[in-house]
Amino acid sequence: MVNIRIDGLDIEVEVGITVLEAAQKLNIDIPTLCYLEELNEVGACRVCVVEIEGEANLQPACMYEVREGLEVRTNTPQVIRARKEVIELHLSDHPFDCLTCAANQNCELQSLAKQHGIRELKYEGDRNQFYIDDLSPALVREPSKCIRCRRCISVCSDIQEVHIYDVIERGFDTVAAPAYNESLMDTPCITCGQCIMVCPTGALHEQDNKAEVWEALADESKHVVIQTAPAIRVTIGEMFGMEIGSLVTGKLVAALKRVGFDKVFDDCFGADVVVLEEGQELMERLESGRDLPQFTSCCPGWVKFCETFYPSMLDNLSSCKSPQQVFGALVKTYYAEQEGIDPKNIFSVSTMPCVAKKYEAQRPEMNDSGQRDVDAVLTTRELGEMIKEIGLDIKNLPDEEYDQPMGQATGAGVIFGSTGGVMEASLRTVYEKLTGERLEKLELKEIRSDGFKEAEIDLKDGRTIKAAVARGTGKARQLMDKVVSGEADYDFVEVMACPAGGCVGGGGQPIYSGRDKWNRMYEDRLQRSEGLFKADREKECRVAHENPDVKKLYAEFLEEPHSEKSQQLLHTSYQDRQMYTHEEQYAEERKS
Amino acid sequence: MQEQEEIYSLEDQKRIALRNCGLIDPEEIRDYIARDGYKALAKTVRRSSPPEIIAEVKSSGLRGRGGGGFPTGVKWELTREAVGREKYVICNADEGDPGAFMDRSLLEGDPHSIVEGLTIAAYAVGAQQGYVYVRAEYPLAVRRLEKAITDAKELGLIGKNIFRSNFSFDLEVRVGAGAFVCGEETALLNSVQGDRGDPRGKPPFPATEGLWGQPTVINNVETLANIPQIILKGGDWYSQLGTADSTGTKVFALAGDVCNTGLVEVPMGTTLKEIIFDLGGGIPDNKGFKAAQTGGPSGGCLPEEHLDIPMEYDTLIEVGSMMGSGGLIVMDEETCMVDVARFYLEFTQDEACGKCTPGRVGTKRLLETLNKIVEGRGEVEDIEKLKALSRDIKKTALCGLGQSAPNPILSTLQYFEEEYKAHVIDKDCPAGVCEELV
Repeated sequence: MVNIRIDGLDIEVEVGITVLEAAQKLNIDIPTLCYLEELNEVGACRVCVVEIEGEANLQPACMYEVREGLEVRTNTPQVIRARKEVIELHLSDHPFDCLTCAANQNCELQSLAKQHGIRELKYEGDRNQFYIDDLSPALVREPSKCIRCRRCISVCSDIQEVHIYDVIERGFDTVAAPAYNESLMDTPCITCGQCIMVCPTGALHEQDNKAEVWEALADESKHVVIQTAPAIRVTIGEMFGMEIGSLVTGKLVAALKRVGFDKVFDDCFGADVVVLEEGQELMERLESGRDLPQFTSCCPGWVKFCETFYPSMLDNLSSCKSPQQVFGALVKTYYAEQEGIDPKNIFSVSTMPCVAKKYEAQRPEMNDSGQRDVDAVLTTRELGEMIKEIGLDIKNLPDEEYDQPMGQATGAGVIFGSTGGVMEASLRTVYEKLTGERLEKLELKEIRSDGFKEAEIDLKDGRTIKAAVARGTGKARQLMDKVVSGEADYDFVEVMACPAGGCVGGGGQPIYSGRDKWNRMYEDRLQRSEGLFKADREKECRVAHENPDVKKLYAEFLEEPHSEKSQQLLHTSYQDRQMYTHEEQYAEERKS
Repeated sequence: MQEQEEIYSLEDQKRIALRNCGLIDPEEIRDYIARDGYKALAKTVRRSSPPEIIAEVKSSGLRGRGGGGFPTGVKWELTREAVGREKYVICNADEGDPGAFMDRSLLEGDPHSIVEGLTIAAYAVGAQQGYVYVRAEYPLAVRRLEKAITDAKELGLIGKNIFRSNFSFDLEVRVGAGAFVCGEETALLNSVQGDRGDPRGKPPFPATEGLWGQPTVINNVETLANIPQIILKGGDWYSQLGTADSTGTKVFALAGDVCNTGLVEVPMGTTLKEIIFDLGGGIPDNKGFKAAQTGGPSGGCLPEEHLDIPMEYDTLIEVGSMMGSGGLIVMDEETCMVDVARFYLEFTQDEACGKCTPGRVGTKRLLETLNKIVEGRGEVEDIEKLKALSRDIKKTALCGLGQSAPNPILSTLQYFEEEYKAHVIDKDCPAGVCEELV
């Protein structure tokens, strides 16, 4: 412990913390901009500068470590003036389209300007005019709004280990961008959207698909259906000020019906189908011993990561499509047939906690129904905005039920939205099929885990299933390196690209402003996941293969898992997408 | 030699760093050895302990010649005492100030003195690996340095068990990629590591957390060139030269409106007047002296009233300039000081790394305001705006480049504010330089 003094107040604090953290203990909130707790501590923006006794210049509180006898002043005229000057400099190189910005009212620069009472622009002069990169089907970059905080670089490099962004150019033209300022479309970006979650301004946001959905809803010739991803039900309430992780399935359905969707379906039904298809595949692989481990394929960010960085492992990816795409293919075939609707007239929407799903829906091969399997994807944020647009507050809506025939789902499908959930849902079914027994303890708690963990499931005939779960592609990389090198011999591996709990912390989820938002995502995920597991516990049926609607689907349409029809509609293939170096070369470099 | 003596009276100079330049074949290691080369290293490794070497350098009073003026011996001591898995020594040869070529001449004219100086530094701090970071725009320097390292390795002067001692030291050249800011020591560290050359915050200083997070000494070329002589002749000998707090000699690159341009090495404390008028031969064409710019883009412009100040670290800072690495640009009466400030800001703005807001945007706004003034669109408030923004940039910028970027404005405002006023009030450029105002 060391004794320091901040603004005349004495306090004893731990060694190694920063002036910013020490000041927080005294309830002195030093403003910050580039800083993001735990993730990005670079001292670039200079908003948090303070006076340190003995230092000639002002020092960034976010980087300056405390030491015995340190004397800090955070509120002198010099500090206040300098801080304001820095904010004014930021504003002088920022476009003023706040009213139409994706981050309007949720922008950290905007909040700072307000907090510091800035009413006029001090500096006129050049502003950077960068082109808007909207070629990616998932993300949009507006570099003119970039404040060079480097958070996107930190999350993409240090957490996700995809390394899309870095600082390019020099002087006034400096900006965070992909190499050679390429479009994100032309990089190995996995479209996880974590950079959106940490961006303090509107420089990074999702492709907005609301307009086309509204258009379809307005078109009387269209039959518009929507599927809701598992994680939406525990986060959409947050868009309306409800507690983190509030489970609002019924209210969500009610809202969507009022928005005007002809049918509201549960994507968890798709997840249940995935359990059967993927489970069948796993059993076949276990039987033959070939291409193990099997990797889950329901996360499009992870699929692209694997295609880009581990193309030699593509045979190990489950060929089963993700729940969104399974559902999409079934809507325009099975559902259309049942209801006697021309699939051409169906507009299929999904709402996902994810921006990578926008990319997935547009993968060229996702048209096995003869149409685009999924026409538009809305993030939780976009969906919240649509509900608000028609003047509804989800809090005040009654609970309503999903539509049939694709509205019924089991607890297995619901937990797809949390890390470990896909694994658990699949194992519930696989275990039962292989042992003939129900898993006594349905919740395989030991594999619902942080980061990357493993578990062994005893099949009681001398065999075990070795399973591993990773969330975040940085962790997945560690796991994959072990698999590739042969150090690990798993049978079944689940990867979710988003580090904060999988889909509950997805790139399409509500964004909270502020320097603690990264940590908050990790804290919030616990409540959100808990919401999903609560929904699971409340379900009468918790194993996918007992879903009566799924049984009906197989009996009337698909026949059985891996039937010819299911192969054609529900399975897909992958392609080598490596872009920078050849994998062997890459692996060798990593070794050396 | 004849010619050199004719132009610069060598008697007025005191050559320590440059002692071999022009006299030996820089590509011939035996030439260097014949002039006591590597003798200091032998003395160091065979007969001195690292603390003794540090004590010798401390007693010499040698201060960093790259611009900061931090006492070299103290820097070595801090690094020696710092805890680390490994330690490194780096020679900063990323000279980039406009008009400065002190380091270039040393690297091209006497590369072995740098190799020797750096090896002694390594011994003193306990490093086994060193790097010389040279800018790519000095291809001859890079070539000669590489040859010097190869030749020294061949003779066992660097490498394993130097002079049959337990001390081993390896040295590599790292070539920059053209960014001025990489001369800033923390940016240089990042660049050596293969990262983008953006400065880091200080503290922590490189002496405790430098290359790869390990304690690291970073010394300028000229600093290192002095080391072998200090070891051979003693710190006391060196400290007798120069002034009390700026000992030894300093190499200046004399340029601009002066009869004899080139390098001069003089004892610290020599006056500006002596350098410009005695060694430099005065201003050509009988024009009047207006200002001398010292310290490069981070320095300032000194007017006639300061011609008698001694060239030493602290005095220069007192009068609003700095020693810098030794650039000395003379300006005659036909120079517009607003335009001079604009020139330097254009340079620093262009070369800013773009990491911190004051460095990236603040310098841009300064430059824009200066452009406005030289183009005749200036307003009286602009002068106050320049002062206020300059002050805030100095206080808030991340690195030395950013913090010192406003210096050319502040020092010209300090001594030539009337000229700014003439531009904004009378719409006149007294020196007749600014086209829009003539």
